Amino acid sequence: MKTRTAFWAIRGELARRHYLLIGLIGFACLLLIWSGLAASGWFEKIFLPGPLEVSQRFVIWFTEDNLLGDIRISIYRVTAGFLFSLVLALPLGLLIGTFKPAQAFFEPLIEFARYLPAVAFVPLVMLWVGIAEGAKITIIWIGTFFQMVLMISEDVRRVPMTQIEAAQTMGASRGEILTRVVLKSAMPNIVDTLRVTMGWAWTYLVVAELVAANSGLGYAILKAQRFLQTDKIFVGILLIGLIGFIMDQLFRLLHRRSFPWLHHR
Amino acid sequence: MAASPVTLLRPKINLQRLSKVFGAGEKRTTVLEDVSLEVAENEFVTVVGASGCGKSTLLRIIAGLETMTGGAVLLNGHPISGPGPERGMVFQDYSLYPWLSVMENVRFCRQLRAHRERCNSPKEVHAAIGRSYALLELMGLLERKDAYPNQLSGGMRQRVAIARALMPKPQVLLMDEPFGALDAQTREVMHDLILHLFNKERSTILFVTHDVEEAIYLGHRVVVMAPHPGRIDSIHTVPLPAARHADMKLAPEFIALKKTILQRIRTTSGVYTDQDVLQRLTETESFTH
Repeated sequence: MKTRTAFWAIRGELARRHYLLIGLIGFACLLLIWSGLAASGWFEKIFLPGPLEVSQRFVIWFTEDNLLGDIRISIYRVTAGFLFSLVLALPLGLLIGTFKPAQAFFEPLIEFARYLPAVAFVPLVMLWVGIAEGAKITIIWIGTFFQMVLMISEDVRRVPMTQIEAAQTMGASRGEILTRVVLKSAMPNIVDTLRVTMGWAWTYLVVAELVAANSGLGYAILKAQRFLQTDKIFVGILLIGLIGFIMDQLFRLLHRRSFPWLHHR
Repeated sequence: MAASPVTLLRPKINLQRLSKVFGAGEKRTTVLEDVSLEVAENEFVTVVGASGCGKSTLLRIIAGLETMTGGAVLLNGHPISGPGPERGMVFQDYSLYPWLSVMENVRFCRQLRAHRERCNSPKEVHAAIGRSYALLELMGLLERKDAYPNQLSGGMRQRVAIARALMPKPQVLLMDEPFGALDAQTREVMHDLILHLFNKERSTILFVTHDVEEAIYLGHRVVVMAPHPGRIDSIHTVPLPAARHADMKLAPEFIALKKTILQRIRTTSGVYTDQDVLQRLTETESFTH
């Protein structure tokens, strides 16, 4: 009785071992339901392929259809678009979060821009940037940059004022306050912001690969749709999910490694 | 051989008809009006008053963190401009850098260019290291020097904040309700610690608090401020020997001064104090029964 109440305590703690185990059970359930539905015969194979067909397709794609090449080009596009966003969003976010005039100038513009659907920019991007790699990276950039700037500026704004004032009373210059206090203090939240926006970058990958691509996971999914290769669509979706999941875990690892003061107790 | 009388008489901090006004027109509020005060070198002055009396604003203006609307703040006879390391400040909370260890927090000022350029010789670097150890020793934190702030109790964190503020050897230490967030027991320990430190460091301290007992126990003089508009109501010299100990809180002169000051705060705060509200509540209760 006592263990059960501890297990289900509101805002309770859970041993890491148990946490992982329950997480695995979640995946196992998904697999089980999928297998069950696929084996039940209620759906045609063309609509719902089973785990077996999907894994066979995975092997075929891997051995005959250059799956690794597709994965590589997709990771490249997402990473490039994401980094492109980051190098612009970090200084701009720092500026907006620190200085009111910069906020007054940029924030309304960015608030406006972030409601423009990235998908709607596809024709424009093709017109302006062409159909080479640059076009796909640009679309991922449009999808992530504006959100990223606003979130980073919010992270910067949340730095406690007393931390800044303490530095001022110790004789810190403006530049020192920005680099040694504001950026340092906001960094853990910024890394979390990056983790979230990295997810959005993957969302825009498929959109980006609509733009006259002839490689990549998103492109493969779209092509598979044309040939009714439902099993291949499944493989593509699952792979994007898996890669996203791995990247998320890498960000968490980075967080734990870079900010030990948050994880030491 | 006599030093000029001017330098002898010159106060460490001199506030000359300081005023601070927020807003304009209908929303205009006078936070401080005509505040004049002199604090001598090696003096420990405490400031108390009801909330809204501008005591924190006053301290922040002296620190250079806020601007004044009128008057002047002189440090050693020279007007201040902006914040500077000769005026150290201890805040109520959240001012430590959580990403730095205790020792790194204390040495933070050494990383700043102003200090690096001024005292960068090996001898001075050595002296600074010695000072950081001495300060942590004084604060009883030497064993926790590698801990992060969030691994420390509230009292320990404030001790680190005090050590950090003292590190650049400020001429004046400004303390803005530094023990306001601590529990009563920790507070009492901190009182004796700050007195011990004051005797060792021989600094000039301006200490803002809402706790009258704390103000009397720590200060040589207690400045009572009144709200609407924020101003100095009265200044009381504490009739106790310089070396304080906890028993003095029960001394008749301590209690008498406490009564006087509380009375001043109550009468000057204008709006009803919590005590008045309490009285009213008990009266209405007797009606209903």
